[in-house]
Amino acid sequence: MSAEVQDSTQIKTTALTSKHISLGAKMVPFAGYNMPVSYSGLNDEHLTVRNAVGVFDVSHMGEFILKGDKALDLIQSVTSNDASVLVDGKAQYSCLPNGKGGIVDDLIVYRIDAKTYLLVVNASNIQKDWDWISKHNTYGVDMKDISERTSLLAVQGPNAMATLQKLTDIKLSEIPYYAFKKGTFNGVENVVVSNTGYTGAGGFELYFDNEHAEKMWDAIFKAGAEFGIKPIGLGARDTLRLEMGFCLYGNDIDDTTSPLEAGLGWITKFTKEFTDKAVLEKQKLEGVKNKLVGFEMIDRGIPRHDYIITDANNKKIGKVTSGTQSPSLNKAIGMGYVEAAHAKLDTEIFIQIRDKAIKAKVVKIPFLKK
Amino acid sequence: MNYPNNLLYTKDHEWIKLEGTEAIIGITDFAQKELGDIVYLDINTLNETIDKEQVFGTVEAVKTVSDLFIPVKGTVLEINSKINDNPELVNKDPYGEGWIVRIKVANPDEVSHLLNAESYKELIGA
Repeated sequence: MSAEVQDSTQIKTTALTSKHISLGAKMVPFAGYNMPVSYSGLNDEHLTVRNAVGVFDVSHMGEFILKGDKALDLIQSVTSNDASVLVDGKAQYSCLPNGKGGIVDDLIVYRIDAKTYLLVVNASNIQKDWDWISKHNTYGVDMKDISERTSLLAVQGPNAMATLQKLTDIKLSEIPYYAFKKGTFNGVENVVVSNTGYTGAGGFELYFDNEHAEKMWDAIFKAGAEFGIKPIGLGARDTLRLEMGFCLYGNDIDDTTSPLEAGLGWITKFTKEFTDKAVLEKQKLEGVKNKLVGFEMIDRGIPRHDYIITDANNKKIGKVTSGTQSPSLNKAIGMGYVEAAHAKLDTEIFIQIRDKAIKAKVVKIPFLKK
Repeated sequence: MNYPNNLLYTKDHEWIKLEGTEAIIGITDFAQKELGDIVYLDINTLNETIDKEQVFGTVEAVKTVSDLFIPVKGTVLEINSKINDNPELVNKDPYGEGWIVRIKVANPDEVSHLLNAESYKELIGA
C-alpha cells in the first residue's frame, strides 16, 4: 500500500465510488483515486474488522497479467522472493528491487497456471512498476495491465468466511493462507478468491471485473448483515496493517530502503538470480546499518511519519516511518529505522514530538499477538 | 453539522464563547469530524498569556495531529479536566462538555476579526 497523494484535479474513481459517497463516507484523494478514508469512524471500523467483519474497496490497486512460456523467468529476474516454489493456486508476497539496493514496490505474485501469473501492485506505483517490469521483459512475455477494469474487495475479520461462504460453492475453508481459487462467486464467473489481506484479521480478497462491483458489494453486505458487517475506509486499513507490522510502501519502504533493512529478508532468496542479488547478498554478509523496528510509547505521545528518533544522549539514530494510536491495544505504536545498535528488543529510544523527547521502547512485531 | 449562532469562529476551526472578560474555547463540529477519533489533548499553557492566532496546545487523533490556535490574545485560566480522561467528549459534544480551555481575554475588541456562524459555514462550504 502507498501513502502517496496526487493531484485531485484528474482524480480517478473505482466502480464503487458513488456507492461510498451515498453511504456517507469521507472521501480523500489517494494514489490518484477518490477513495473512502472513513465511514462510521476509525476506531469503530477498526474494531469491526478485528471482532466481526468489514469490507474494503481496494480497487485502486494495480493488477498485471503476465503470460507466456518465460513468465516465470521474468518474474524470477525482477522479484526478490522465489516464485519457482509456487504451484497453481498459490500466491506469495515479494518485492521488486530497484537496481540500487532499494525497492520499486512490494507486491503479491499469484500463479494462475505454469504460464500465467497475476501480479498485484500498489496503486501509486502502477506506471512505475509497469515500466520497470517492461524494461526487464527480454523474455517475450505477454504483459497486460488489467488495473482499470478490475475491482478488488477485501472482506476481512473473523466472520469473513461465514459471510462469503453463503455466496459461493468454493470451499473457503480449504483455501490456506496465501492461496486462492478461481470460480463462481455470487453468480459471477472467474472471480479470484484469495486468502490474503492486509489486516491480520483473516478473510479473503475478491478480484473480479468492474461491471459486477455493485452487485457483489450488495450481496456481501446482505450476507454479512447478521454479523454486523460494515464498510471500512483506508484510515482503518492503515491502523490494522500497522498493528501487524506490515510495511506500507511510501512510508516504511521505498526506493531508498533495502528489503533487508526493512526486515524483508524472508522474501529475499539468494538461491536464484535477480536484480540487486549481489548488493543484497553483500549487505546480508556485512550486516545492515539501519533496521526497521517496531516500538511502543512508554510516555504519552503518538509517533508520526518522519518524526526523529534519538538515543538517551539526544543523538539522532533514526526516523519514524509509521505511527498511530492502536485501537486494539489502546497504546501508541510505531515503526521506524534506527541504527542497528539500537534495534534490539527492549532498547529504550526517544521520539521527538514537538521538540520534546518522549520515551519509547523497541518491541516485537506484530504488535498484536494472536 | 451544527454551528451555534451564539459562538464566534476562526478560519482554523476553533470556536469562542465570550462570557464577560472571560471566554471558553473549543474546536468546531467540522474540526472534530475532520480529525476523527481524538486520543488526547496536549495543553501545557496553563497561566500563560498567548497572542492571538498562536498555538495554545495540540490535539492528537488516531490518524493525525493538529495545533490549536487561540482566537484572541488571552491568558489560559483553566483546561477542561474532563477531556483529559475522556478526550472523546471533544468528538461527541464539541460545543458542550468537550470545551477545551477557559481564558481571560486581553482585549475584547479583538473579537471583531472573528467569523460569525454564517461566515464560518460559508468558509467550510456547509
